[in-house]
Amino acid sequence: MSTTTTAKAAGNLGNWADERVGASKGVKFLARKIFPDHWSFMLGEVALYSFIILLLTGVFLTFFYIPSVGHTVYTGSYEQLAGQTVSEAYASTLSLSFDVRGGLLMRQIHHWAALIFVAAIVTHMFRVFFTGAFRKPREINWVIGSVLALLAIIEGFAGYSLPDDLLSGTGLRIASSIILAIPVVGSYISFFLFGGQFPGEEFIPRLYTIHVLLLPGIFLALITAHLILLVVQKHTQYPGPGRTNENVVGYPLFPVYMAKAGGFFFIVFGITALMGALFTINPIWAYGAYHPSPVTAGSQPDWYMGWLDGAVRLTPGFLEFQVLGFTVSGNILLPALIIPGLVTMPMILYPWIEQWATGDKREHHLLDRPRNVPTRTGLGVMAITFYLLLLVSGGNDIIATHLRLSINDITNSLRLLVFVVPPLAYVVTKRICLGLQRKDREKVLHGRETGVIYRTEEGEFFEVHEPLGEHDRWLLVQHDSFRPLDPAPAEDERGVKRPGARFDKVKAKLSSFYFEDRIEPVTPAELEAAHHEHHGGHEAVEGSDEAERPALAGH
Amino acid sequence: MTALAARRRHPLAAAAIVLLGLLVTGVAYAAVTPGRAQATTASADDVAAGKKLFLANCSTCHGLNAEGRNEFPSLIGVGAAAVDFQVGTGRMPLQATGPQAPKVVNKFSDEEVRQLAAYVASLAPGPAVPSAEDVDASKGDVSNGSLIFRTNCAMCHNFNGKGGALTRGKYAPNLEGVTPTHVYEAMVTGPQSMPVFNDSTITPQEKRDIIAYLQAVETDTPPGGVSLGSIGPVSEGLVAWAVGLSLLVGCAVWLGAKAS
Repeated sequence: MSTTTTAKAAGNLGNWADERVGASKGVKFLARKIFPDHWSFMLGEVALYSFIILLLTGVFLTFFYIPSVGHTVYTGSYEQLAGQTVSEAYASTLSLSFDVRGGLLMRQIHHWAALIFVAAIVTHMFRVFFTGAFRKPREINWVIGSVLALLAIIEGFAGYSLPDDLLSGTGLRIASSIILAIPVVGSYISFFLFGGQFPGEEFIPRLYTIHVLLLPGIFLALITAHLILLVVQKHTQYPGPGRTNENVVGYPLFPVYMAKAGGFFFIVFGITALMGALFTINPIWAYGAYHPSPVTAGSQPDWYMGWLDGAVRLTPGFLEFQVLGFTVSGNILLPALIIPGLVTMPMILYPWIEQWATGDKREHHLLDRPRNVPTRTGLGVMAITFYLLLLVSGGNDIIATHLRLSINDITNSLRLLVFVVPPLAYVVTKRICLGLQRKDREKVLHGRETGVIYRTEEGEFFEVHEPLGEHDRWLLVQHDSFRPLDPAPAEDERGVKRPGARFDKVKAKLSSFYFEDRIEPVTPAELEAAHHEHHGGHEAVEGSDEAERPALAGH
Repeated sequence: MTALAARRRHPLAAAAIVLLGLLVTGVAYAAVTPGRAQATTASADDVAAGKKLFLANCSTCHGLNAEGRNEFPSLIGVGAAAVDFQVGTGRMPLQATGPQAPKVVNKFSDEEVRQLAAYVASLAPGPAVPSAEDVDASKGDVSNGSLIFRTNCAMCHNFNGKGGALTRGKYAPNLEGVTPTHVYEAMVTGPQSMPVFNDSTITPQEKRDIIAYLQAVETDTPPGGVSLGSIGPVSEGLVAWAVGLSLLVGCAVWLGAKAS
C-alpha cells in the first residue's frame, strides 16, 4: 500500500521535472553511464570528496574568522595567551578554536582534509601516469589535473597562512623572500603583492580573498571540466577479456556507483573527521601570534610544500653573489623558482613528450600495465625519488634530532644522493619491469610452474608446467610493443633540406631512448612453436587466434 | 685642601688619579652588577668534601685546581649553579666525547652535588643555585612566559620546548621533564651551545614566567587531541599519508574487491 503511494509520488515528481526541464533525458544518460570497476579508479574520488569536505568545513570557518591584522588584545579562554596583543585574524582563529562549539574540530577536519586532498591528487596522478591514462584523447585532462595539483599547493599555502600565527608568518616571510630573489623585478612584485614592505597590513585580506573566493572558484570550474571530459571521453579500463578500445566493461552509475560513490564519500568524511577529532594539526595556540622577530626551531611548511623547502635547504650558499653592486640570490632563485619550473613543465607536457617517442596517434582507452612500458615507469619512479629526497631534506633538522645525526652530514649526504639516487632508481625500475616482462613471456610460452617435480626412469627431473588459461594468457600478450622510430631522411632526392627534419631527429633519439630495450609480447607463432617443443605437444593450443596481437599502426 | 692642591702637579698625581678612577669604577661595577654571589652559605666541611669529590671525578680534565686546560674549561667563577646543572643532569662527568654532552642519569647523590657545588663556588663567586622561590612556577605569569620563551628560546628549543637541531650533531635538548631549577640554572650559566641569559636580559621574574609557561605546556591537556610530538608539520604530513591516505586507499581496495 505505502510502496505504491511512494512510487506514485516519485513518479509524479519525476514527471513534474521532466515536463519542465526535460530531466528524463539527462537522468537516463547518466543513470545508464557505465564505469569500469577498480580500486585505483577511486583515488580521484578521494580528492573530489575531500574537496567537498573542504568546502563544507571552510564555509563554517568563514563564519567566525576575521581577515584583518588589526591589533587586539586576546581575552579568550586559552590562558597561555591571555592578555597578549595579537592580530584580529589570530584572535578570531583562537576564539573559533576554543570558544565556538565544534570550532576546533572543524578547523582540524579542514586542515587534515587539505593534506589528504593534495595527497589524493598525487596518488591519483601516479595511477594516471603509470597506467598511461593520459594518452590520446585525454591529454587535456592530464593538463587540467596537473594545473589542479599545482593550484592545490598554492591554495593550501594561502589557507595555512591565514591564522597569522608564528609558523605561518615565517612561511610568508620565506614566500616574500623568494619573490625578492627574482632579479630586477622581485622587489616591485613583493611590494605589489604585500602592499608595501613585508609584512604590511594587506596580505591577510588578500590571501583570504584568494583562499576562499578566487582559487575555490577556479577549482570548481576546473573540476567540472575534468569530470565533463571524463564523461565525454568515457573512463579508461584495465585490459582483460572482452575489454577493448571500443567498449567500456563495468557497472551502470545507477544503482551500483550511486551506492558505492555515495558510501565512499561518507567513508572519506568519516576518516577525516576521525583524524580531526583525534590528532592535533597546526596547533596555532602553541605557535603563538606572528611577530617578525621570533622564529621557532623546526619551522616547516605543510608536506606538499616541503620539497621546495628541502630544495632551498640543500642549495649551497655560495650561489649568492654580487654583480655591479647588485646581489643575485642564486641560492634562493635556483631551488625556489628555477627547479619548480624545470620539474613542473615536463610533468604538464609529458603526454606530448611520449607521443613524440612513440609516434602513436591512436586513441587509447585500455590502460597499460606499468611493466609493459619500462621507460615511462622508470622515469616516473625517478621523478618520485627526486621529489621524496627533496621532501626528506625539508625535514633535515627533525631527522637530525630524532635520529641523533649531524644536520651537516645529512644535508651533505642528501646533496649527493639527490643527484645519484634518482637515475639509479630509473635504471633499477626499468630493469625490474623488463624482468617482469620476461617472466610474463616465460609464463605464456611454458605455462605456470606447478611445483610438481617428476623423475623419469632415467633419473631426469623436470617440473610440470601448467599452461595458462586463455583469459590469463590474453592479459600477458595483448599489449603494444613499440620500436624506435626511424627518422625520415633529412633531405629529399634532390638534396634539399626537409623542414622539420631536425625535430624528427630529436624525436628519433627520444624514441630510441624509450624503446631500445624492450621485451616484445609473445606472438601466436612463437606460442605455437613453444608448444611443439614441449614433449610431443601434450597440451592442445587453445584460442590461439584470440591471442593475436592487435596490428600496430605505422609499423 | 691646600695640601692636596699643592701636590696636584706631583709626578705621581696622574697615576694616583687613574688608580682612583679604576678603583671607583671597579667598586661601583661590583655594587651595580646583578651578580648573585653565593646566596646559600656552605660550610667549610662541604667545601672540603666537595674538593675530594672534585679531585676524584673532575680533576682529570678540569685540573687539580679547576683551572682547566686546552679545550677543558676553567671552573673558577662558574658558580654553584653551573655545577648543579651539569652534574645534576648527568652531563658531567662527561661519559664520552661527542658533539655534545647528553642528559643522562646522575650518579651522584643530592648531597654530593651540593658539596661539589660548594667547592667550585668557593673558588670564586659565580651564579648560585636558585632558591625555591626563584623557581616557583605559581609566582610566574604563563602568558608573559610564552612571549619571552617564543622570543628568546623557541628558535632553538622549538615553540613548545621540544628541542631542535644545531650544527654538526649539536642540539637544543627537549625541555620536557627538566626541573625548574635546572631550567633556571641553564639560563644563568649558558651550558654548552646555549647563550647566557643573565638577570639584565631576562629578569628573575621573567625567568619565573618562563618556568611557569614550561610547566603549563607540560601539564595542560593538548586541546586538539594527540599532539604528534609537537614538532610541527613534518609529523602531521607523515600521519596524513601513513594514517589518512593509507586508510582511504585500503577502503578503496575493499570497495573494489567486493564488486569483482
